[in-house]
Amino acid sequence: MPINREFLGRSYPPSEPYQVSREKVAEFAAAIGDTNPLYLDPEAAKAAGHPDVLAPPTFPIVVAMRDSGTAVADPELGVDYSMVVHGRQSFAYSRPLYAGDVVTCTSTIAEIKAAGRNEVLTIDTAIGTTQGEHVVTASFTIVVRGGADS
Amino acid sequence: MPGTTAVRVRYDEVEVGDLLPEATYPVQRLNLVMYAGASGDFNPIHWNERFAKSVGLPDVIAHGMLTMALAGRLVTDWVGDPGAVVDYRVRFSAPVVVPDDDKGAEVTVGGTVKEKLDGGRVLVNLTATSDGTKVLTRADVIVALG
Repeated sequence: MPINREFLGRSYPPSEPYQVSREKVAEFAAAIGDTNPLYLDPEAAKAAGHPDVLAPPTFPIVVAMRDSGTAVADPELGVDYSMVVHGRQSFAYSRPLYAGDVVTCTSTIAEIKAAGRNEVLTIDTAIGTTQGEHVVTASFTIVVRGGADS
Repeated sequence: MPGTTAVRVRYDEVEVGDLLPEATYPVQRLNLVMYAGASGDFNPIHWNERFAKSVGLPDVIAHGMLTMALAGRLVTDWVGDPGAVVDYRVRFSAPVVVPDDDKGAEVTVGGTVKEKLDGGRVLVNLTATSDGTKVLTRADVIVALG
């Protein structure tokens, strides 16, 4: 089933605030097997010049997926999730994400197109502090296998 | 953002063509379970072999985002400070298939300095393979070395 083109350009209202915690950062670092002290030790992070431990560069997916996942699940959009593969991913940073940051996500459907028999959907999720400071934009592209077949 | 004391690579000392030390990261079923829990991505293709095979996969596969995290570590370990990463983007070209045995899978990552940009920034291109197959393409990281 093709993706509903009427959703192209649609922006969603900002998400509920998400507080980045040292514990969640440590859990994520353990899951990716990375023992960099700047993820785990607040004193090491501060000694290096950071305000608190850093989230790993791909951590914002945790925050973004809470938001873009809801958009993808909208039945009106027409994405068959059982046929979805992750095609591309990017993170464009204005500054690192830190424990203690309270952030919200604003997602926009940036791309819907056919690629052969597949359908491609990109959602850009801007993550910023509740004070309005941009931190990182996560861009999430999925490929719906066979989605262009009617 | 750049220039913390944890950054141990100097822009002046980096040259286009420099190779980052290659690294191989093991991926076992346990890692997939941990990643599912930490990320909140509980898609059964990452932990349920029966389901993975029913949708045409050879076995359980790693989360693409776990592969992206492992590959990015090559750069953050090289630079020292993950806060130096200003842009990181990849395409997922093939899954990392993770068998249910004592060894699991391995992801081998290499990196090359492709370009010196303005503002003390450097573009590093990454390669990532598992079982001889390229699992990422167009994997580029921009780090601000200051």
